[in-house]
Amino acid sequence: MAVMTYREALNLALREEMRRDPDVFVIGEEVGLYEGAYKVTQGLLKEFGPKRIVDTPIAESGFTGVGIGAAMVGLRPVVEMMTFNFALLALDQIVNSAAKLNYMSGGQYNVPIVIRGPGGPAHQLAAQHSQSMEVYFYHVPGLKVVRPSTPMDAKGLLKSAIRDDNPVIFIESETLYNVKGEVSEDPDFVIPLGEAAVRREGTDVTVIAYMGMMYRAMEAAEELAKDGISVEIVDPRTLQPLDTETIIGSVRKTHRAVVVEAGAGFAGMGSEIAAEITEEAFDDLDAPVARVTGAQAPMPYARNLERLKTPTKEKIADAIRQVCYANGSR
Amino acid sequence: MAKTLTQKAAPGPALDAGLAHKLLRDMILIRRFEEKAAEAYALGKIGGFLHLSIGEEAVAAGATSVLRHEDYAISTYREHGHCLVKGSDPRRVMAELFGRIDGLSKGKGGSMHLFDKEHNFLGGHAIVGAHLPLAAGVGFAIKYRGGDQVIVCYFGDGAVPEGEFHEALNLSALWKLPVIWICENNRYAMGTSLERALAQTEIWKFGETYAIPAEPVDGMDVLAVRDAVGRAVERARRDKTPSLLEARTYRFRGHSMRDPAGAVYRTKDEVEREKLRDPIALFRDRALKAGVLTEDDAKKIEKDVSDLVDEAVAFADASAEPPASELFTDIFKERG
Repeated sequence: MAVMTYREALNLALREEMRRDPDVFVIGEEVGLYEGAYKVTQGLLKEFGPKRIVDTPIAESGFTGVGIGAAMVGLRPVVEMMTFNFALLALDQIVNSAAKLNYMSGGQYNVPIVIRGPGGPAHQLAAQHSQSMEVYFYHVPGLKVVRPSTPMDAKGLLKSAIRDDNPVIFIESETLYNVKGEVSEDPDFVIPLGEAAVRREGTDVTVIAYMGMMYRAMEAAEELAKDGISVEIVDPRTLQPLDTETIIGSVRKTHRAVVVEAGAGFAGMGSEIAAEITEEAFDDLDAPVARVTGAQAPMPYARNLERLKTPTKEKIADAIRQVCYANGSR
Repeated sequence: MAKTLTQKAAPGPALDAGLAHKLLRDMILIRRFEEKAAEAYALGKIGGFLHLSIGEEAVAAGATSVLRHEDYAISTYREHGHCLVKGSDPRRVMAELFGRIDGLSKGKGGSMHLFDKEHNFLGGHAIVGAHLPLAAGVGFAIKYRGGDQVIVCYFGDGAVPEGEFHEALNLSALWKLPVIWICENNRYAMGTSLERALAQTEIWKFGETYAIPAEPVDGMDVLAVRDAVGRAVERARRDKTPSLLEARTYRFRGHSMRDPAGAVYRTKDEVEREKLRDPIALFRDRALKAGVLTEDDAKKIEKDVSDLVDEAVAFADASAEPPASELFTDIFKERG
């Protein structure tokens, strides 16, 4: 174990997998000479050379397609999106090619590709560079979607994603790259896709949250503990496949649930998780499932408006009190 | 640029009996197979879209004749011919069109999504332009591994205005990838003529833009296609240079089986005039005149192909529908 940043954990995962498997290569804008727009690929060009750390022109559809074609014939590309907002330019490649080739070919051509980069709300980057992108991907059969919240998860899940024989959408966050935490240095350490983590154990209410929202929920839980409300926090880590078993198991124990997501709420991840809980554990619920989501608006630039757009610790705490019927009665 | 390219004809223009037999047989196979498919479509045995390449057979037959088994080919939704001549079993191709379990993709791909890993046929892609970056990726993988294979990428004139055509050509030139870009210019993207779609209608000239060897070729002349692709394949194997070939061809049938009967985007006269340059008739006459094939040889090819295609239809008819469990297989590849 070592303490390192989320960024360093990703970098270590890439190094280890590239050392382990010569078919793994990294391709994207500024990944080599510039060492990554967010420095996730720092030092990789020096260690692996330009054959395996491939700088591209600004052509997201083109280089994503290159990754998919290379994966069809057995290479294992890691495609970096400088930010996931740019993945929309490659959306057809991801949705119509990567996700469907194995199915359309009756299992002849699988696509072992990882498409990774930062996404989600960032600090004052405005509407085009600060948005939750996972919704565009987890709806599509054939894609796996990962959102790793901690340095340990960043490493263990990226390694699993690279070893997976299917397309994996791996969305990091600008706001988490500097977060520090314990990370395993064992090259064989991986975290399987599809397993949620219980971040905090509690008995009164289950909060389902990931990425920055998970950290805000943890802060809210600390505060509410002082009021005698015991909060359990479940981080799904992988959105597709989703570990409903852990989520439902927790709700059966606490009988209350709050789902938090940074993106707009309409048809979001929160809707899906709320529906799953309602279908699977309705009789266990002591209160309706509550959702705390981003506002149904593009991300504004102004700091005050940005704060209104995004779920805050206070909004999460309010929702928890509401499902515990603890408003003003503590 | 075209001038320098014609100097060295790799496979040579020499036409012997073996080659003549193969080229004629491949073209007739595509023609008869697709005629049968059209009949089956009319009978409701094939659903969805069905895009025929009748009239364009010389491109698939000529190009494939210079490839090795380990070379790759990738194509559009008008790909029956490319797949068949790459070596796929016509019975399994027809079964795929019928949506049956013995089809290449167990009936889950259909006419637009033929894949055959055994013969390095990488699909059947139905979003115009989208498979060009994939072809560049396969070229990238060949170079990454140090092999001397090539990939042939077929696309229509309709893909040229797409951004992915330009992204893929640029990347293949920038990284020197062994990709042979073959534009099957049949002059109509569905119902939109070349002139209504492109400011530069000489498609091969985009090769100059990306500094790669390029030339136009008569897509109704199977030997001309073979020679041009042969030169491009040589360059690709030797020094990983991509090439752009514009094969000028014509589709005798509609865009798909659903083309309106009274389609007004082209005239009947034009279609009849183009049919005078039927690639199969042109080549048969040439082979007969050159004395490398006899009338009897040609008749025998017709008969053999006809039997093969009948057998393919019977095979497809007899094959079962995929079981319900197939709905959920192959969404993800499981290890093991």
